[in-house]
Amino acid sequence: MASDQSPEFKVIGTRPVRPDGVDKVTGRAKYGADYTLPGMLHGKVLRSPHAHARIRSIDVARALRLPGVKAIVTGADFPEVKGVMAQVGELIVNTHYLSLNVMARDKALYDGHAVAAGAATSKHIAEEALELIEVDYEALPPVMTAEEAMRPDAPVLLEELRTRLMAHRTDPGALEGPDRASNVPGHIRFERGDLDAGFRAADYVVEREFTTATVHQGYIEPQNALAVYDADEHLTIYCSTQGSFNVRTLTASVLAMSEGKIRVVPAEIGGGFGGKTTVYLEPVAALLAKKSGRPVKMVMTRAEVLRATGPTSGIKAKVKIGARRDGKITAAEVWLAYEAGAFPGSPFAPGAMCTLAPYIIENLRIDSYDVVVNRPKVAAYRAPGSPASAFACECVLDELAEKCRLDPIEFRMRNAAHEGAPQPAGPAFKKIGFAETLAAIRDSDHYRTPLNGPFRGRGVASGFWFNGGLQSSAIVNIHGDGSVSVVTGSVDIGGTRAAQAMIVAETLGIAVDEVRPVVADTDAIGHTDVTGGSRTALATGMAVYEASRDARDQLIGRAAKIWDKKPDEVVFEQGVFRPVDGSAPSLNLRQLAGRLARTGGPVVGRATVNAGAVGAVGNAFATVCIDVEVDPDTAKVRILRCTIAQDVGRALHPAYVEGQLQGAVAQGVGWALNEEYFYDQKGTLRNFGLLDYRMPTCLDLPMIETIMVEVPNPNHPLGVRGVGEVGIVPPMAAVASAIYRAVGVRMAELPMSAPRLLKAIIENRVTTFDAQATAAK
Amino acid sequence: MHAITYETPKSLDEAVKLMAAHGEKARALSGGTDLLIQLRAGTRRPEYVVNIKNIPELTRISFSLQHGLKLGAAVPCIEIHENGDMRKYYPGLTEAAHLIGSLQIQSRASVGGNLCNGSPAADATPALIALGAQARVVGPKGERMVPVESFCLAPGRTVLQPGELLVEFHIPAPERRASDAYLRFIPRNEMDIAVVGVGAALTLDMSDDRVVAARIALGAVGPTPILAAEAAKSLIGKPLDAAAIDNAARLAIAASSPIDDMRGTAEFRRHVVGVLTRRTLAKAAERARE
Repeated sequence: MASDQSPEFKVIGTRPVRPDGVDKVTGRAKYGADYTLPGMLHGKVLRSPHAHARIRSIDVARALRLPGVKAIVTGADFPEVKGVMAQVGELIVNTHYLSLNVMARDKALYDGHAVAAGAATSKHIAEEALELIEVDYEALPPVMTAEEAMRPDAPVLLEELRTRLMAHRTDPGALEGPDRASNVPGHIRFERGDLDAGFRAADYVVEREFTTATVHQGYIEPQNALAVYDADEHLTIYCSTQGSFNVRTLTASVLAMSEGKIRVVPAEIGGGFGGKTTVYLEPVAALLAKKSGRPVKMVMTRAEVLRATGPTSGIKAKVKIGARRDGKITAAEVWLAYEAGAFPGSPFAPGAMCTLAPYIIENLRIDSYDVVVNRPKVAAYRAPGSPASAFACECVLDELAEKCRLDPIEFRMRNAAHEGAPQPAGPAFKKIGFAETLAAIRDSDHYRTPLNGPFRGRGVASGFWFNGGLQSSAIVNIHGDGSVSVVTGSVDIGGTRAAQAMIVAETLGIAVDEVRPVVADTDAIGHTDVTGGSRTALATGMAVYEASRDARDQLIGRAAKIWDKKPDEVVFEQGVFRPVDGSAPSLNLRQLAGRLARTGGPVVGRATVNAGAVGAVGNAFATVCIDVEVDPDTAKVRILRCTIAQDVGRALHPAYVEGQLQGAVAQGVGWALNEEYFYDQKGTLRNFGLLDYRMPTCLDLPMIETIMVEVPNPNHPLGVRGVGEVGIVPPMAAVASAIYRAVGVRMAELPMSAPRLLKAIIENRVTTFDAQATAAK
Repeated sequence: MHAITYETPKSLDEAVKLMAAHGEKARALSGGTDLLIQLRAGTRRPEYVVNIKNIPELTRISFSLQHGLKLGAAVPCIEIHENGDMRKYYPGLTEAAHLIGSLQIQSRASVGGNLCNGSPAADATPALIALGAQARVVGPKGERMVPVESFCLAPGRTVLQPGELLVEFHIPAPERRASDAYLRFIPRNEMDIAVVGVGAALTLDMSDDRVVAARIALGAVGPTPILAAEAAKSLIGKPLDAAAIDNAARLAIAASSPIDDMRGTAEFRRHVVGVLTRRTLAKAAERARE
């Protein structure tokens, strides 16, 4: 269990107010939409009203004649981009399809797909201009679900796609089946043991099918971009993004520019959850700026965000798992199909690698498919791929635990993966804390308090996420007055500025408010991957730690110079430099900083890391317990109590770690109860606003209780694991299990909204009645 | 969003003249919580927006036990909730007004705007119908009274002719042992739109507790809010027992004509009409007996 402050640390483990906090709550912080430049134009995007259509022609002549319109762009203005699979941070991006997603060429592939854009002297003129653009569409039949898209006679979205079996997701792979156009560009399989023997050894086998919905990250700040060209053709982009270096690389590839000509300035960010790791507006704003010769600003509406930015995949899943009477899982067969949206690239591989990863299963086969459908191209969303596949498998495990007459935690404990256990994808786990999360829930006040009352139920489920490593850079500047600034390229989403300041303060023995954290643009700091993959506190934190130690070592050298000693004759303890032999009075950082000019100039600590390459990525596990009450007449579900236990490695700033856990569970409850994209027969999105795309509000959730289990990551200097994502994985199955215990029905489709649940309750009543009637005969 | 001319008349006369002069090109602005969204989305494109919040007749609540209630069409919902007479004598209408959006929205939104927007899911409308409210409409050809159940014609369409303005609601004085209630089903706990709404008003006999008068109205289960007259009639002269309530609920379901949409299936809505009719009647009766 987490102690707020470990004895080995003075600053780490405390809860100082975040340095960016006051500006954010008083409205001073500058978000993407707050940037303006002299002479700036406003750009808007014309979007396809069709889910699937051939674009015969686009006529922009009338729009260009509207006074105030300065530039129009269509697909014809974009360079052709070759299909290169580029690893951009945690994303694998096919740059050809990225370009087609940014602006359609000969085909519109989803309702909301960008087909043209205009820039004008006001937003309203730009909107009017769009109405004057004439697009001649030939509507084609839309393909809306993975099941439809996989049928042999399904309309084909992209003629060039073929089904390929991938040994690894970066490997283009071998052709599978006939060389024929397909909506299934990817298939991955993990296999071990003897499936048939495993099922023969089982006392119970449960086989079920599941469906999950397309769901959006729901960040509060819409996408935005402001692009401006200098006289020497250098492009600067101001935008809200999780990764300014990603934006630079991706914009360069879409516009066929060199990265060196682009500077990206990250604004404060109003949420991302994975959704702001790619580009939509940035290349469009840049092209409009180039064509008009003026700065161009673009800000999406909420409807555009929902229609055209990347949500995460809905999936179809078939799961068969067998277990012995004693609870030991003997075999598991899992089939998953992930809807990628209009272009290849769903999280079908991580979905397959994560599901069942918490358990040791000797006989296993997991197949997972990437399927294109006429929906917006998916983007990353908190633990991409894992929540949907975990929902399916965890529901089956709950049913098996019941058949074995075992407590669901005990059932999981008997199969729990530990250090050295193989993951579904092969590699063995390093030190992990999964069993510890199970034990923490088992021993919690929540789980030990009986749940009484009618139509109430309790559910438990677990989840796994890899966490990301990747690259980060950090600079630590020692200023003349002894204050310190720490510069990184990591956009601050979850309080990472605070974490960085704390690491510097800890290392240099100063107070946290003497450290000023700065998020720099792409010209001012070394390459830094996205704030995503739960990697920032871990990997950028590691770079900051190393840079602080670099600065400390240089400072020791300066002190040695002052005292005419060798560096190893100086020690740094308790924030004070002193000669080992006591021959001179000690110096604190402030005193030493004042003497840097005369001892060689400023001190700047530097470090760069690739946390993945050095094996510092620490896997994350979480277990969630949720109590619900169901209104038996309307099937409305109320969340009564909710606790999450997660292995956090070491909590640098416990309050912000708790916030991550709570936020992840809140999103999971949204998936469980109400969130879904609702398309009509024509493939038009109907719920493109936050009234009808229903995320939970604070009135729909109780205080989410958190238990931070600290199993330090052995490969990180501070024991940190990523904490941001795994909490979203277990809640859906936990809610399903709680509903089952409340009203006796097992739900296999997300969201478990009132209409769906009521139907199941009524059908179950009829079935039960029929069964009783039959038995009576 | 296109250019508009914004007018702020200070009197009913002035407002009616403006509305008459611009006819179909004008749209009255009360709280604007629907209109502004429609302007931005381009689903309504008036050239003149006439703010009616500065007109005395439209912004006052006047109540007496003898004459009943006159409720200005532009009175913000929050003022209804803060009015002691409203809470005491028309608790169903008050709770309906208090369900519309957040407190911030209620500080702008009005019951009149809720009705004129013409949404079948408007929370205040079933509550008004249950109370037997009449809408006073003033236009270039004079004025007329319209029963609220006849006000809406189709989603987004009402009986208001070009140039006409909804001024206020006339609601009968409360009887003794009478009360009302409004309940709705929403997927979330707040900040949501009715998937089904049911308003009911009841008058119970002083001596034997039989139902003397009843009105039941349904929201979000048809193209317009619905007066479930047969359901209400079935209760008259009967004690409000489980059988009577069940029967009324069945008739309310029969009066509904819901569709499948993103907020719920027709099947779900029909079921919930029954559930909420039972609950609303029980709540109104409990209040009437107090």
